[in-house]
Amino acid sequence: DASLVEVNSFSPSVPISPSSMTNQYRFEDGPELRDLFITVDDPESHITAIETFITYRVVTKTTRGEFDSSEYEVRRRYQDFLWLKSKLEEAHPTLIIPPLPEKFIIKGMVERFSDEFIETRRKALHKFLNRIADHPTLTFNEDFKIFLTAQAWELSSHKKQGPGLLSRMGQTVRAVASSVRGAVRNRPEMFTEMNNYLETFSQKINLLDKIAHRIYKEEREYFNEMKEYGPIYTLWSASEEDIAESLKGIASCIDRCCRATEQRMAGLSEHLLPILHEYVLYSEILMGVLKRRDQIQGELDSKVDALANKKTEKDLFSEEIGKLEDKVERANNALKADWDRWKQNMQWDMRSTFTNVAENNLRYYEE
Amino acid sequence: MEDCLAKKMEITVSEAEKRTGRNAMNIQETYTAYLIETRAVESQSEGQCAPVESLWRRYSEFELLRNYLSVTYPHIVVPPLPEKRADFVWHKLSADNMDPDFVERRRIGLENFLLRVASHPVLCQDKIFYAFLMQEGGWKEMVNETGFQLKADSRLKALNATFRVKNPDKRFTELKHYSDELQSVISHLLRVRARVADRLYGVYKVHGNYGRVFSEWSAIEKEMGDGLQSAGHHMDVYAASIDDILEEEEHYADQLKEYLFYAEALRAVCRKHELMQYDLEMAAQDLTSKKQQCEELATGTVRTFSLKGMTSKLFGQETPEQREAKIKILEEQIQEGEEQLKSKNLEGRDFVRSAWADIERFKEQKNHDLKEALISYAVMQISMCKKGIQVWTNAKECFSKM
Repeated sequence: DASLVEVNSFSPSVPISPSSMTNQYRFEDGPELRDLFITVDDPESHITAIETFITYRVVTKTTRGEFDSSEYEVRRRYQDFLWLKSKLEEAHPTLIIPPLPEKFIIKGMVERFSDEFIETRRKALHKFLNRIADHPTLTFNEDFKIFLTAQAWELSSHKKQGPGLLSRMGQTVRAVASSVRGAVRNRPEMFTEMNNYLETFSQKINLLDKIAHRIYKEEREYFNEMKEYGPIYTLWSASEEDIAESLKGIASCIDRCCRATEQRMAGLSEHLLPILHEYVLYSEILMGVLKRRDQIQGELDSKVDALANKKTEKDLFSEEIGKLEDKVERANNALKADWDRWKQNMQWDMRSTFTNVAENNLRYYEE
Repeated sequence: MEDCLAKKMEITVSEAEKRTGRNAMNIQETYTAYLIETRAVESQSEGQCAPVESLWRRYSEFELLRNYLSVTYPHIVVPPLPEKRADFVWHKLSADNMDPDFVERRRIGLENFLLRVASHPVLCQDKIFYAFLMQEGGWKEMVNETGFQLKADSRLKALNATFRVKNPDKRFTELKHYSDELQSVISHLLRVRARVADRLYGVYKVHGNYGRVFSEWSAIEKEMGDGLQSAGHHMDVYAASIDDILEEEEHYADQLKEYLFYAEALRAVCRKHELMQYDLEMAAQDLTSKKQQCEELATGTVRTFSLKGMTSKLFGQETPEQREAKIKILEEQIQEGEEQLKSKNLEGRDFVRSAWADIERFKEQKNHDLKEALISYAVMQISMCKKGIQVWTNAKECFSKM
């Protein structure tokens, strides 16, 4: 075990920025240290000639100096959230950006604008923004600030300022190309471990997600049958004299069990299912992050190779290489710090979620 | 119940064995034989135990005994046998008659049947019943010699045949109505209970999957590993606990099933009474018409239409001698009829009296038994919840240590 690098330890060779060190504990300290509070609520549907879409109200309260005001209220639609996410990914390719709820739900037969769907999405968007706010680096991102504060027209014009679609596509093409070429070479062991961990984690979390859904479904079927069960006892009591009271008693107990079952199901769908789903998405995101890190490393490696082949023009190259090395190092550090943070959060989330499930079940049985 | 057999004798159906033999059509078949053990209960002095007598019987012999009792004591609500084939099963139980769980439950049911008969004040004194318990060989012949099959009214076999009774006894009609309701409500209950059991089984068993995944997941986690692993163990315990819980519930289902079948026995008594009443009314009707015929012949007036009367009008009257002879026959018949009617009436009154005595006894027994069954069902549910609380408290502790 001594050969394994402890993911949570601080190895002295990797410089860690002081802010990420303090921020590692920040989350556990709770809301007292927070200076940015965001809520997402009040979904409203808008119908135009071309399309129908939903906007959500985003309310921000802050004490930070760099914000002009202490309170903001804006309306945003899903597209805007997508934009924010992609800007964050661009700016911080090796940081772990929180997941957004999916565009469509393939599995469920949920209509795009059903109340259930909208509510689930709203909660997920709320989580998304809050996770960004809690992130030591992302929280100071400029685009994030604009997202929270700009009026609708301001946001549109700001969006158009970004790098054009073509240049973004070029980036992607280069990224894909370099990732195919030996990105696994020279990968520090720590990241290989992360990859291995992630593979297993992703598999398990997907399984847990499926299991939790299955349990919910079975409970629902159980509930449906129970609903029919109680009234039979009541019906029977009508034909009896001596035992009528006992029968009615049982009928009412069964009804109470039904209600308890309903609450248990609600607990599942409110707490466990969304978190598991979030982490399923997270595992995909993490894979992406690791890939991007590999890409950056790949760029460095290929330049180093090129240098080895072209002894001339060394100076030019070495400057570039220097820059790339810096880039790789920064990327690696960022990722590592973020990874640690993510794991802490995940642990905390899982702990509280499952404890919650256990408590729910306790309540159910006590009823 | 002071003199009933159950107090004097310990009766158990202690074993079940698979046998093969040749049946009535000389075809090889497999069946199960049950061992009946009896032992006299006397004030036992130290160290002295009466010897155990035993013999083997198969289900068809139990059926024969019950048929005999139903026919011989039509006014008694005869205890029912456990079901012939497994019914109201939920998916885990098989519907196979040879399945060991089914055989075991049937063994218990047969023992229960014998105990019920032995504790019945009237039935326990029956000699055929006693012979069933004590005499292995020649019992079947003994039963057939009683000729009870002749007494069995084939009309009762047609379950839904209706007899239009002019003056139905209200009490019996109500009772029949009640037995129908009881049958329908209990069978509905058993069906839904089986479905509920099925679903509950599903919920518990899927939690078992948690156990496996947690354990695999704990392998890659450093800090969460222990918590996950032990929580997984508790999930396995939870999933496994449902098997015992549902088996206990089967017992409750069996208790309800007994009364489902009892309801049928109750209904049978009502039907027999109906039949009796019908026969009585038919006999009375027959007597009245014969008396009328006699009168007509004697006085020569035709008050009612009769084919004979018409034909005699068309083809000429009969001679006075012929008429005298007819009148004499009719008078004899009328006398017979009157006697029969008298005895039928007596029979009927006796039947009603003894039937109601037994019905009262049955009602008390039913209320007592069902109440106990409901209470034990509630106790079962409580214990299930207690187990659940224990498991989830442990799991919660494990989770909080993650």
